[in-house]
Amino acid sequence: MDKPLTQNIHPDHDFTSLADYQKTGGYRGMRKALTELQPHEVTQQIKDSGLRGRGGAGFSTGLKWSLVPQKTSDLPDFQQTRYFVANADEMEPGAFKDRLLLEQDPHQLIEGIIIGAYAIQANIAYIFMRGEYRLAAKRVTYALQEARAQGYLGEHILGSDFNLEIYLHTSAGRYICGEETALLNALEGKRSTPRARPPHAVASGLWGRPTVVNNVETLCNVGHIIHYGIDWYHSLGLGADHGTKLFGVSGRVKHPGLWELPMGTPIREIVEEYAGGMLDGYQLRGFLPGGASTDFLLPEHLDVRMDYDAVAEAGSRLGTGTLIILDDKTCPVKMVLNMEQFFAQESCGWCTPCRDGLPWTVTLLQDIIAGQGRMEDLDTLAGLTRMLGPGHTFCALAPGAMEPLQSALKFFREDFERYIVGNNDELEYA
Amino acid sequence: MKQTAEKSTSEDLTALEIQEINAIINHYEDHTSVAIEALNIVQKHRRWISDSTLKAVADFLQISLAHLESVATFDNLIYRQPVGNTVIHYCNSVTCWMLGSEQIREHLCQRLHVEPGETSADGQYTILPIVCLGACHRAPAALVGDELKIDLNTDAIDEILKR
Ligand SMILES: Cc1cc2nc3c(=O)[nH]c(=O)nc-3n(C[C@H](O)[C@H](O)[C@H](O)COP(=O)(O)O)c2cc1C
Ligand code: SF4
Repeated sequence: MDKPLTQNIHPDHDFTSLADYQKTGGYRGMRKALTELQPHEVTQQIKDSGLRGRGGAGFSTGLKWSLVPQKTSDLPDFQQTRYFVANADEMEPGAFKDRLLLEQDPHQLIEGIIIGAYAIQANIAYIFMRGEYRLAAKRVTYALQEARAQGYLGEHILGSDFNLEIYLHTSAGRYICGEETALLNALEGKRSTPRARPPHAVASGLWGRPTVVNNVETLCNVGHIIHYGIDWYHSLGLGADHGTKLFGVSGRVKHPGLWELPMGTPIREIVEEYAGGMLDGYQLRGFLPGGASTDFLLPEHLDVRMDYDAVAEAGSRLGTGTLIILDDKTCPVKMVLNMEQFFAQESCGWCTPCRDGLPWTVTLLQDIIAGQGRMEDLDTLAGLTRMLGPGHTFCALAPGAMEPLQSALKFFREDFERYIVGNNDELEYA
Repeated sequence: MKQTAEKSTSEDLTALEIQEINAIINHYEDHTSVAIEALNIVQKHRRWISDSTLKAVADFLQISLAHLESVATFDNLIYRQPVGNTVIHYCNSVTCWMLGSEQIREHLCQRLHVEPGETSADGQYTILPIVCLGACHRAPAALVGDELKIDLNTDAIDEILKR
C-alpha cells in the first residue's frame, strides 16, 4: 500500500465513515497499540519510524512524545495529568492539506490521536480547529460520535485500562493560533499570544501540564506506522525522509491540486507531471516550496527532492509541502507585498520587532510599488529581514514572514530596482 | 471605566445559549477556557457581539469584561459590529490574490454598493476579507455564510447573490 493517508479518499465519495475506515484496516493500529504495546513501546516505534512533524518544523514526532515525563507515582501532582492536542488550525497561505484529511477521513486523525494520547498517557485530547473549517467541524463531530458509540473513546477502551475523551475546539480564527504555545493560550480561553520557552509544552503546556501538540497530517501517519510497521514505513520514502506526504501545487499550472506522494519526490515531478506544468502562455519564474513563510526557490531547483534536509540545503524549507507557483506575468514585489500584508495583519503584536517591523515592511514595499521608493529602501528591507529573523522575536511568525522577502530581494532584485528607477512601465505584469 | 459600566446594561443569555455553553464548559479544567466558544455560540444566535452581549457572556462565565474583550477583539471571526444575514468572506491571501481575488472583491462591492466591512442596504450581506481558506488549488475562494465557495469568477458571484 503506497498511499496510506489518502487510500479512503476518492473524488466520487466524499466521506469515510467508521465502517468504510475499518474496511481498509482502520483502527487496527490502535488495537495493536492498546492491547499489545506498552506506552513507551509505541513512542519508540514512532521514533524509529522517522516520522517528522508535518506542521512545518519537521521535529521528530516520537522524540517529542518521549520528552513527556513518564507517568510514575513519584511524579508531582501537576504532571500526573497530561494533554494531547491535534493542531487543525491550518491557515498558512498556500496550505490546503489538513482540510482534506479532516473533511474526508476524520477517523484516521482520531486513531492517531488515540494512539498518541495512549503513548503519553493523556486522558483528554483536543482537536483545535480554525473556525472557518465548518464542514470539517461537522464531519469530525460526526466521526467522534461514531468512535464513541463503538467504544473507541470513553472508559476502558478495548477492555484496557486506558480512558480517553477527545473534544473538538472550534476557534475564531487567527493565524497565530496555530503556533503551538499561542494555541495553548487560545485553548485556555486567553488572547492567543505565544508563550516564552522554556518550558516547552511537553514539560508545561495546557494549564501547566505536560502537553503534546501535533499537526493533523502528522497524526494521520501514526495508525499506519503501528499497524504496518517501521520497515514498511521506511520503504515508502525516496530520499532521506520516510513515509509519504501530501504535496500540493497552487498558482498558474494546468492542474493545481493535492497528491499523496513519497517523501523525497523531486519537485519537478510534482510541478510538471502531477500539476501538468505551467498554463499555456506562462513560464515558471520561481516557487515557494512550503507555503508563504518559506523562501523562494528558482527553476534551477526543480530537481531538489521534497525532503526536509534537501529543501533546506537548497535554501528554503519544506514547510507544509504545498507549493505556490510564481509565474512570469505576476510581479514578485507585489506578491511579496501581499504576503507581508498577511503577516502584518496576523502578527499578535506581542513583541516589538514583529509588531512594528512588519507594518514598516509593508509601507516600504507599497512605496516602492507606487514609484516612491529609493535604492536605500532595499537596504532597509534587507536590514529588516535580519532584525525580524530567527532569535529576535518571540515566535517564528516574523522569521517566517522574512523568508519570502529575503529570497525575493536576492532572486528578483531587478524587479524592485525597476520600480525605483521608474521604468516599470515596460513590465508586462497585471 | 465607570462610564462603560453604566453604558452597557447587561442583557441575559437565553436558555438555549446557556444550555449550549454548559454542554461544553466541562471539557476544560478551567471554565474560562470556554470563552471563545461561548462567543461563537452566542454570535451564532445573535449574528454579532454587542457591548451588552459581551458583558452578558463575561458575567455568565464570571470573568472580567476586559479579559473577554481582549479575546473578542483578537479573533477574526468575532464580529463586534452588526453584520448582515450572510457574511461573505472573500479570501485575499496569496494564491487567491494571484488568481483574481481583487476582481472578486470589486465585483461584490459594486453589486452590493458597499466597501469591504460594510453591509448591503437591505441587510442581506456583509463583505469582509479573510485569510487563506485552504482551497488554494481551487482559487479564488470565499466563505459564504457557512459554505466554502471555490473557482470563483464574476458569474459565480452573480449566481451566489441571486439566491
Ligand atoms: C505563526 C505560526 C503558525 C502555525 N500554524 C500552524 C498550523 O496552523 N498548523 C500546524 O499544524 N502547525 C502550525 N504551526 C507549527 C506549530 O507551532 C507546531 O510546530 C506544530 O503544530 C507541531 O506539530 P508537528 O510536530 O506535528 O508538525 C505554526 C507555527 C507558527 C510559528
Ligand atoms: S513574532 Fe510576531 S506573532 Fe510572534 S510573538 Fe512576536 S509579535 Fe507575536
